[in-house]
Amino acid sequence: MSTETIEAPVAKESESLLSKRRKKFVTDPLNDDNPVTVQVLGICSALAVTTQMKPTMVMAMSVIFVLIFSNLIISLMRNAIPGRVRIIVQLAVVATLVTLVNEVLKAYAFDIYKQLSVFIGLIITNCIVMGRLEAFALGNKPYDSVLDGLGSGLGYSWIILAVAFFRELWGSGKVFGYDLMGAIGFENFAANGLMVSPVGAFIVLGFIIWVQRSKTGYVEH
Amino acid sequence: MDLLNLGIKSIFIENMVFSYFLGMCSFLAVSKKVSTAFGLGLAVVFVLGITVPMNWLLNEFVLNEGALSWLGSNFAEIDLSFLRFIMFIAIIAAMVQLVEMTIEKFSPSLYGSLGIFLPLIAVNCAILGSSLFMAQRDYTIGEATVFGFGSGIGFFLAIIALAAIREKLRYSNVPDGLKGLGITMFITGLMGIAFMSFMGISI
Repeated sequence: MSTETIEAPVAKESESLLSKRRKKFVTDPLNDDNPVTVQVLGICSALAVTTQMKPTMVMAMSVIFVLIFSNLIISLMRNAIPGRVRIIVQLAVVATLVTLVNEVLKAYAFDIYKQLSVFIGLIITNCIVMGRLEAFALGNKPYDSVLDGLGSGLGYSWIILAVAFFRELWGSGKVFGYDLMGAIGFENFAANGLMVSPVGAFIVLGFIIWVQRSKTGYVEH
Repeated sequence: MDLLNLGIKSIFIENMVFSYFLGMCSFLAVSKKVSTAFGLGLAVVFVLGITVPMNWLLNEFVLNEGALSWLGSNFAEIDLSFLRFIMFIAIIAAMVQLVEMTIEKFSPSLYGSLGIFLPLIAVNCAILGSSLFMAQRDYTIGEATVFGFGSGIGFFLAIIALAAIREKLRYSNVPDGLKGLGITMFITGLMGIAFMSFMGISI
């Protein structure tokens, strides 16, 4: 056996699919750079749909879908879009994707479609989507953009799911429609109108921001 | 009388910000000073008052089921309502551009104070939201106009009130984690409770 080591031909190594740099695209928006609580984007829908867990879940999935695919499409076209008309191109792409989501929901989940009413349409003007397109997809490769969209989508999702969890639990004593308060012994849990009303959303989100920022140490001046 | 009621309802009771959370992004971002909040609020009233009736016309004569029947009986069964989002947003973007150019031409001083906010408004959810509500609730043209202006004025009042509170807030000692966005959320919640007291008012 020869002990000679043959030097492997130095191929230009392509970056692994989940390199450290790419993982950061997904993990950063979850906490340190959260779109809702740190960048203050997409608050409208974060509050409006969160009275119950189920519609919130659907909303979160729709936003993730729109974010990933709009990022992908814009990133693929990024060299072909003239700078002056980029906003309208972005709006057209996002509006098409949202229409797609809207029609699918209308066909397969009509109850939830009714409950979400105009807020599915308002994903078009969700600042997170436009923000990521402007800040990321216009200047990066398709695969990175997909990861970035996934990250921002997940960051948005966990915040709205957290808000919805507290609002549904304290507002009506349920989680996903399951009577949690009843199951753990509070038989006659009185519905709390304040939590179901818009005011509850502001206050719950205020507390989530407080807790998160005192953990990460982020201070706004 | 119905129109007046609708106006009051859209300004106070179903306030865009406090009961539908629309336009929150700019509501939070541009409410640090009263003067800038005033500019943005005015621009929103302006754009809403124009785009909602415009979108009503679009909805009535192009998008709704059977709306194209004025072109001839062949078109009577066409339903283009799935194009609503994309058409509304296109109208809004175009109208904002148009309003911007008109103001720039005829009133440079107004352009100076509103100019920077107009592009922001194209992606303000309050604008698209009002048009979608208008389509969903089957308003007439008169109602649509009143609803547009009313929603705008509601947003205008809310953003100026918040900006005034935030200017005073500078002198109070807020815990570090709550500074900025956190405390603004609580304030907005409390203002929402105040606005709830308008519930049930009608003339």
